[in-house]
Amino acid sequence: MAKRIVVDPVTRIEGHLRIDAEVAGGRVRKAWSSGQMWRGIEVILQGRDPRDAWLFTQRICGVCTTVHAITSVRAVENALGLEVPINAQYIRNLVLALHALHDHIVHFYTLSALDWVDVVAALKADPARTAALAQGLSDWPNNGKSRFKAVKEKVQALVESGQLGPFAHGYWGHPAMTLPPEANLMAVSHYLEALDYQRKATQALGILGGKNPHVQNLAVGGVATAINPDNEATLNMDRLYQVRQLLEEVRAFVHQVYLPDVIAVGALYKDWLAHGAGVMNYLAVPDMPLDTAGTRFDLPGGTLFDGDLSTARAFKGFQDPYFRDNVAESIAHSWYEGDWTRHPFEEETVPHYTDFQDEGKYSWVKAPRFQGRPMQVGPLAQVLVGYALNHEPTRRYVDDALARVGTLAKTRVVPAALHSTPGRHLARAIRTAVISDLAVKHWELLVANIGRGDYAICNPPAFPLGEQRGFGFHEAPRGALSHWIVIRDGQIRNYQCVVPSTWNAGPRDGKGQPGPYEAALVGNPVADPERPLEVLRTIHSFDPCIACAVHMLDPSGRETVRVRVL
Amino acid sequence: MARDPQLDALNPKVTRRSFLKACTAAAAALGLADEAVPRLVEAAASPARPPVVWLHFQECTGCSEALLRASHPDIARLILDLVSLDYHETVMAAAGHQAEAALADTLKRHEGRFICVVEGGIPTKDGGVYCRIGGRTAMEILADVAPRSAAVIAIGNCAAFGGIQAARPNPTGAVGVRDLVADHSVVNVPGCPPNPVSFLGTVLHYLTFKRLPPTDHLGRPLFAYGRKIHDHCERRAHFDEGRFAEAFGDANHRRGYCLYKTGCKGPETYNSCPAVRFNDVGAWPVGVGHGCIGCSEPGFWDTMTPFYERLPGVAVPQGRGTVAAADRIGKGVFTVAAAAAGIHAAIGVGRKIWRSRSGGGEG
Ligand code: SF4
Ligand code: SF4
Repeated sequence: MAKRIVVDPVTRIEGHLRIDAEVAGGRVRKAWSSGQMWRGIEVILQGRDPRDAWLFTQRICGVCTTVHAITSVRAVENALGLEVPINAQYIRNLVLALHALHDHIVHFYTLSALDWVDVVAALKADPARTAALAQGLSDWPNNGKSRFKAVKEKVQALVESGQLGPFAHGYWGHPAMTLPPEANLMAVSHYLEALDYQRKATQALGILGGKNPHVQNLAVGGVATAINPDNEATLNMDRLYQVRQLLEEVRAFVHQVYLPDVIAVGALYKDWLAHGAGVMNYLAVPDMPLDTAGTRFDLPGGTLFDGDLSTARAFKGFQDPYFRDNVAESIAHSWYEGDWTRHPFEEETVPHYTDFQDEGKYSWVKAPRFQGRPMQVGPLAQVLVGYALNHEPTRRYVDDALARVGTLAKTRVVPAALHSTPGRHLARAIRTAVISDLAVKHWELLVANIGRGDYAICNPPAFPLGEQRGFGFHEAPRGALSHWIVIRDGQIRNYQCVVPSTWNAGPRDGKGQPGPYEAALVGNPVADPERPLEVLRTIHSFDPCIACAVHMLDPSGRETVRVRVL
Repeated sequence: MARDPQLDALNPKVTRRSFLKACTAAAAALGLADEAVPRLVEAAASPARPPVVWLHFQECTGCSEALLRASHPDIARLILDLVSLDYHETVMAAAGHQAEAALADTLKRHEGRFICVVEGGIPTKDGGVYCRIGGRTAMEILADVAPRSAAVIAIGNCAAFGGIQAARPNPTGAVGVRDLVADHSVVNVPGCPPNPVSFLGTVLHYLTFKRLPPTDHLGRPLFAYGRKIHDHCERRAHFDEGRFAEAFGDANHRRGYCLYKTGCKGPETYNSCPAVRFNDVGAWPVGVGHGCIGCSEPGFWDTMTPFYERLPGVAVPQGRGTVAAADRIGKGVFTVAAAAAGIHAAIGVGRKIWRSRSGGGEG
C-alpha cells in the first residue's frame, strides 16, 4: 500500500516549502515540490528607477542577499552596455566569495548537519576517543579532549534543563542515524564552532559592504565603497588587512574542519552515495570576472547533459547568447493562468490559485528549462561542470576529496558518486575550498591595482529614451541565478528573476518532466513514514531557499480560493 | 552587556544549583517542612529559560540571518543559555508535524509566558492565501499565537510596517503586526534588517527588567531609534560646511565628504547605525560610502525612493537653501499610512494581546 507523506513546513530552509511523497515498500515512488508563499516583488519593481532595483531584489532573500544585488546591477549594466571599473569587479568578487563562504558553512552545519548527526547520541561519546577521531581527520587546534568534554557537558546541561529549544522534536534515535557517538560529538562541537566562523566571514563582508546581511555598497556601474589609502574614512590598507585576516581564519576553518567533516560524513554514510541523484543535467554560469566587461573568469560555467562529462559546453561571458537564448519557464503546473513556456523577456503572469492538484497545478514556483530540459543547479553543477571543463583547482580538490572518502570508507569512490545526496554536500565543501583560495587571490589583485594608483570604483549609468533589454547572471551559492530586465524611458517595464531554487524546486513542466527535487526523491529510502528524515536529507542537500523561487503576480484577475487545511 | 553576571545566572546549570540553595534557605526561614522545598524549586526554576516562539511570514529571513552574525551575545549563547528557542523554522531540528507539535507544546506549556517574535509581513488580501505554513495562513497563526504570548517583538521593517511586500502597489495586502494586533504595546524593531544589537537589546531589557523598553510613537525602542542618523553621522561636519560628494568615486567621495547629494536619507531616518555600527567591525553603509536608504522608517520603499535622488525638504548649508523639488519623493507618505489604516479597519482581527501592560511601552 502506498502512503502519502506531507512535510509542511520543511524547516531549516529559507522560505515556505511543502514536500509531498508517495511511499511504497519503504521507498519514495513519486514526489511533489510546492512553494507556499508569494510576495510580488517583481510587480512592485514595475515603473521604478532601474538604479534602485538591486536594493529591492536583494530583499528577495536574506540568505542569498548579496547574490540578487550583484545579479541585478549586472542585468542593468548589460542592458546599458556599461562596463564597471576593475576595482569594482574585484570588490564584488570578494563580496560574493565571502558571502559564499558564510553561506556554505551555515548550510552544512546549521541547516543540514542535524539530518545526519544525532545530538542526543553525542552524550554517549568518550571525549578522548572523539579527540582521537577528530585528530585523525585534521590538525585543527580545537580538536582536543578538553574541548569535546566541555561540549558534552553543554549538551548534557541542555538535555537536563528539559528545554531542548531548537533541538526539541528532532529525529533523535531514528534508525537512519548511524554515526558512532564520537562522530556525533565531534560534529556537535564543530556545529558550535561554525557559528563563530560564519560570523567572521560576514565581518569581512561588512567592512567592504557597509553591513551584512543586505550589503549597502553597490551601484549600477560599480560599487560605492570609496577607496583611498591616504584617508581614514575610506577603504584603506588597515581595513583591507582586516579583511585579509578574517578571510584567512575562515579559510583555515574550511580546510581543516568543514571539508574533513563532510568527507567523514560521506564515508560513514557511504550507502547514501547511491541515493538522491535525480536530474543529471547540470547548469552553472561563470563567475569572478577578471576584466571590466566580463569575458574572462576565475570560475567556469556551462552545461552538461545526462551526467555525461563529455557533453560539457562553456558559457563564454556576460553576453553569451548560448545562455541568453536557451532559458524559458513553464507554468503548466504552477498557480498562474495558462499553460505556456516562455522566455523571461516575454513572460506575463496572471496568478490563478487553485488547491494542490496532484496532476494539475500545485505550486507558486515556475519550472525553468534550458533547451526544454530540467537542469540541476548548485555546487554539484558547479563542480561537475568545472571538472568537465578541466578547471584545475576543481579537479585537484575533487580527486583529493574522493580519495579521502575512499580511504575512510575502504572502497574506491569515483566521480560518479557525486550524483547523490552526500555528493551535493561534498561538492559544496569542495567549491567552498576553491572559493576560499580564490578570495585570497582577488584580495591580492585588488591591493595590487590600488597600489598602481587606480581608485576608480564606478562608471555612472545614463538611461537613453526607448527600450533596452538586459540579463545578468551570477553563480550564487545555491546555483545559477539570472535576472532579466526590460527598461523603457529610464523606468523598469518588466523584471524577471530565474533563480537557483526555481531550477531545483520547480514542479513538473508541460511535458510532465519533474524538477530536480522531485526526481531526486524517487527511490529514496524511508524507514519510518511518521519521521521522514531521509526525505529531509535529500531536500536539504540542495540547500533550498524558497522565497526567491516564488515569482511575480499581476494584481488583476485573481481568483480567491481559501486553502484547505491538511 | 553579554558578560553581565546576572545573565550568567540564566545558565540552566547555575540556575538550578543556586535556586536549590536559595529555596532551601527560604523554606527554613519560613519554617516550612522539607517536603515544601521541591515545590518551591519547581516554582522558582521553571521555566529556566524564557521560551521564544519565532514566527516567519512574508520575509526574506534577513532578520534571522542578522542574528546569526550577532556577537553581544552571540547566537550560540542566545539560544543555548539565554532563551529557549522552541520554534524557529530556520534553525529547528524538527520539520512537518513534529515542528507543529513543537509549537503546540510551547503554547500549551508556557501560555502567557513566552516571547513571540514575528519576522515578516502578513498578507491580508484574498484571505491571506499568499503565505501559509502547515496549511494555516499567516493571519490565522498570528491570531492564534500572539494573544497567548507574554510579549510580541516585531523584528524588521516587514513585521513592523509591512516592509517590501507592502510597497506600491502592495499586491498581497501586506501589513505589519500592529495593523492586526490591536495593542500598541507591540514593540517594533525595524530596519532591513535591523541591527541585531537593537533586537538583542530589546530581549535583554525584557529578560533583565521583566518589561519591554520605552518606545517612540511608532513603537520603536528609544535606546535604538531615539535619534536621527544625520545627528550622529561621522560626515555631519562636512554637511554643515557644505562639502559634498557629487558621485561615487569622485575626489570628494574619496575624501569622505557628506553623501546627501548622492541620495543619503540620513536626515529623515531614526536609527542607531552611526553609533552602534554593524558586524562588530565598525562598518556602516554611510561609513563605507553609500547613502542611508532609510530602512527603519515606515513605507521607506515608497517614501525614500528613488534612492539616488536627493531627499527633499532638507536645508542645505552654504547658502543653497532648502531643497524643495519633491517631484517623485515624499508624496507616498500619506498613501501608505492611509492604506494601512484602511486594511486594519477592514480586517478587525485586532485583539488585546497583553495580559497586563506591566510597565511596558511607556513611550
Ligand atoms: S546627509 Fe547622510 S552622509 Fe551626510 S551627514 Fe547626513 S547622514 Fe551623514
Ligand atoms: S544607514 Fe540607514 S538604511 Fe542603512 S541600515 Fe542604517 S537606517 Fe538602514
